[in-house]
Amino acid sequence: MTRDLVVQFLAQGAQMAFVLLIAPLAVGVVRRVKARLMRRQGPPLLQAYLDLAKLLRKESVIAESASWLFRSAPYLIFALTWVAAALVPSFASGLMFNWAADVVALVALLGAARALLALAGMDVGTSFGGIGSSREMMIATLAEPAMMLIVLTLAIAAGTTRLAGVADFFIAEPFGVRVSLALSLISLVIVALAENARIPVDNPATHLELTMVHEAMVVEYSGRHLALIEAASHLKLVLYLSLLICLFAPFGMAPATAGLSGWAIGLAAWIAKLLAGAVLLGVWEVSIAKMRVFRLPDFVGVAFVFGFIAILLAFLTRGVFA
Amino acid sequence: MSQAYEISHLLAGVMLVTSFALLYQERVAAVLNAFAAQSITLALAVAWAAWSDNRPDLFITALIALTLKGIVIPVALHRTVARLGIHREVEKVVGVGAALMVGLALTGLAQALVLKVATGMASHAREDLALALAIILLGFLMMIVRRNAVTQVVGFMSMENGLILAATGARGMPLVVEVSVAFSVLISLFVFAVFVFRIRERFDTVDLEALDRMRGDGR
Repeated sequence: MTRDLVVQFLAQGAQMAFVLLIAPLAVGVVRRVKARLMRRQGPPLLQAYLDLAKLLRKESVIAESASWLFRSAPYLIFALTWVAAALVPSFASGLMFNWAADVVALVALLGAARALLALAGMDVGTSFGGIGSSREMMIATLAEPAMMLIVLTLAIAAGTTRLAGVADFFIAEPFGVRVSLALSLISLVIVALAENARIPVDNPATHLELTMVHEAMVVEYSGRHLALIEAASHLKLVLYLSLLICLFAPFGMAPATAGLSGWAIGLAAWIAKLLAGAVLLGVWEVSIAKMRVFRLPDFVGVAFVFGFIAILLAFLTRGVFA
Repeated sequence: MSQAYEISHLLAGVMLVTSFALLYQERVAAVLNAFAAQSITLALAVAWAAWSDNRPDLFITALIALTLKGIVIPVALHRTVARLGIHREVEKVVGVGAALMVGLALTGLAQALVLKVATGMASHAREDLALALAIILLGFLMMIVRRNAVTQVVGFMSMENGLILAATGARGMPLVVEVSVAFSVLISLFVFAVFVFRIRERFDTVDLEALDRMRGDGR
């Protein structure tokens, strides 16, 4: 009994460590793929780790007008995002904290992190940070309802909002093509692009551009604060990739009863799928142009539209209206 | 639920998505491409129904949809746009966001309506019917919220795509009806084309607002 508990605890701890450790690698893969497709050499795969290490060593410069919020926000954002990322089932569905890995809780954690980031962007009082915050909130007001609709669609299909439960359901269910699931996949991909400040919503590769969103909010940060925020945004990328994997391609994931060998297979499958997702993201980012900011509501609105159609179809299949 | 049904349902869903894509696009060329994609998906859906239900006559319908609406009409419209030299941007009555929201409401309406009306049907036939009705209504919407004559033609055609989809699901449209519908659509395209050119000659634009001011009492 006690031994079981320890193993469970270690497995959950391993998941928390894995998401943190692999996140910069995923970002490195995306950058590398983009660079190679543009026929550049590109930074080494481990550059993101080196960047973080360097930032952690550097002094953190804080504006005179900054309040306590500005200083505490990076830690809170990092903690919230890390918890959220560790909740998404990655290599096994039966981990210790899975009862808490509810999609609604996940959305709430991410929403709290976003609110903090937007407040921190406005805290110093520079107009640039304010622009970034206002745009982030504009995107969020559209992306969050879409996310909730996706969640509800999956909950209708699987009968639970627990991520592990949904994953178990889709592992057990024989191969099936459902329109509502396909639509929620597209919708979730759009939401993920918007939330991770990826092209076409935002360009993560630029630093000084009038249309940027995420970078504009964090422009005042430096040193270890910036390192934490960067690490949080890497974690968020892994979170969304894991979420897509867990909900739409959960094969290979170890079921609740699996032992160590099952976990090893699950881990290998998860890392392979994560890296494949990163490569796809790189290809996608190279093949599309950034949108004008004022076109963004339409783009993110599409996620909402698809989420809405998906939930209508899900209801229709089960005849709830009748 | 069977695999055959799931694939046909998926194709119908893709058609609904392309209907929304029609409303979403900002450039005329992109609208035409989205329409071609919708017609090709329709051809696939009909071909799948023909294969899985063993109804070979539907292959002809699929072929008509593919050649006529997937290739001929989009190419003809592309050339029309090039010849007219009109704006490459879609001229809108309401914005993209509002149009999408209205489209959502129409999709919901279609589903609620089909559920109320077709209570006796099998659930999957009902779903396909709901999707087809939504596509038809979105075609209507496209005709209403776009001012340019070319995009209105596209709206009309996409409405007709929805009709064919409904007919395929209903298992019982005779081939003669099918062929005559296809040809009437082709003829209507010619009529539209002639009208578009006449409108342009008369008003120097294909913006249909110009017709509102036209009283008919001669030059």
